[in-house]
Amino acid sequence: MTAGALAPAERRVVVREALSVGIATGAYGISFGALGVASGLDVWQTCALSLLMFTGGSQFAFIGIVSAGLHAAPAAIAASSLLGIRNGLYALELTQLLGVRGVRRVAAAHVTIDESTAVAIAQEDVRASRLGFWLTGLSVFTLWNLTTLVGALAGNALGDPRAWGLDAAASAAFTALLWPRLKNRDAVAIAVVAAVVAVVLAPNTAPGVPVIVAALAAFIAWRGPRRAGPATAPLLPQSETSEAEHRGREQQP
Amino acid sequence: MSMWVAILIAAGVAFGLKLAGYLVPADLLTEPHVKRVTAALPIALLAALVAIQTVTGEGGAWTLDARLAAVGVAIVALLFRAPFIVVVVLGAATAALLRLAGWS
Repeated sequence: MTAGALAPAERRVVVREALSVGIATGAYGISFGALGVASGLDVWQTCALSLLMFTGGSQFAFIGIVSAGLHAAPAAIAASSLLGIRNGLYALELTQLLGVRGVRRVAAAHVTIDESTAVAIAQEDVRASRLGFWLTGLSVFTLWNLTTLVGALAGNALGDPRAWGLDAAASAAFTALLWPRLKNRDAVAIAVVAAVVAVVLAPNTAPGVPVIVAALAAFIAWRGPRRAGPATAPLLPQSETSEAEHRGREQQP
Repeated sequence: MSMWVAILIAAGVAFGLKLAGYLVPADLLTEPHVKRVTAALPIALLAALVAIQTVTGEGGAWTLDARLAAVGVAIVALLFRAPFIVVVVLGAATAALLRLAGWS
């Protein structure tokens, strides 16, 4: 059953899943674009992040820290890089599934993000996984970059970012990125420790440093209890934008 | 370091991490301790970012203002399973309205 094309009905399901995730995720590129210019980047720098970095959490972290000024750039690079590690772990899971080589491997790497991975591994058929991965990755990439530009231009036109609550929008964005990851008590404990450490350090350290130091809270997980279940389970966040996952969960009684 | 250099370095590292996953032998990261810590990293980083972005101001000084109310509204929206963009817009609107009403 590995040869041949997907049945039209199966194909439609994957296409619908991939495009709905693509549109939902693409839409919040607007907030990234607006926050990018609000944090002091110009329109082209904001767009370059979406085009070249292309991993939402890291992009939000980068602009959040670098908004303190250029002297915070090393900390911003460190934070975005630490957040980007999970994409490498997704790639480890995907490399067998996708079977890509050469240029296609480079392209696959660039669109390896939460959403494309979630749709790919949610499928039962390898062909559906590959179709889901590429369609999700490319639709998110296209829309994310277009909406970043729109958001950046709109953000530039708005004027004072605080009057529009854009600084609070950044807080809300980080909260929404964190929320689906707070799945168990360990996760909540790590989050609380990290938040407290960061706030305590903030007044007396350089911008960005509290966030990097707080990341050490992740090492609480080192001694955490071994949980039953597949080892890969905690790696995949249940992305709020992943329609595929919502639907999958709803189908299970 | 100019902003462009910082952006290119950060983007280069982000891409390198993605590509590395397709190139390194898979058994390198199967150690359960390592897996748990790498899964916990985004939680710690995002929680720290929420805290810093919400309750610190100029120079890292502690500041309580409309942002805290905005995060409260965002959490309520998340409890109701609102999509990302709605959460962000509600957060911004909360702070904007409070400031319009004369709050910090």
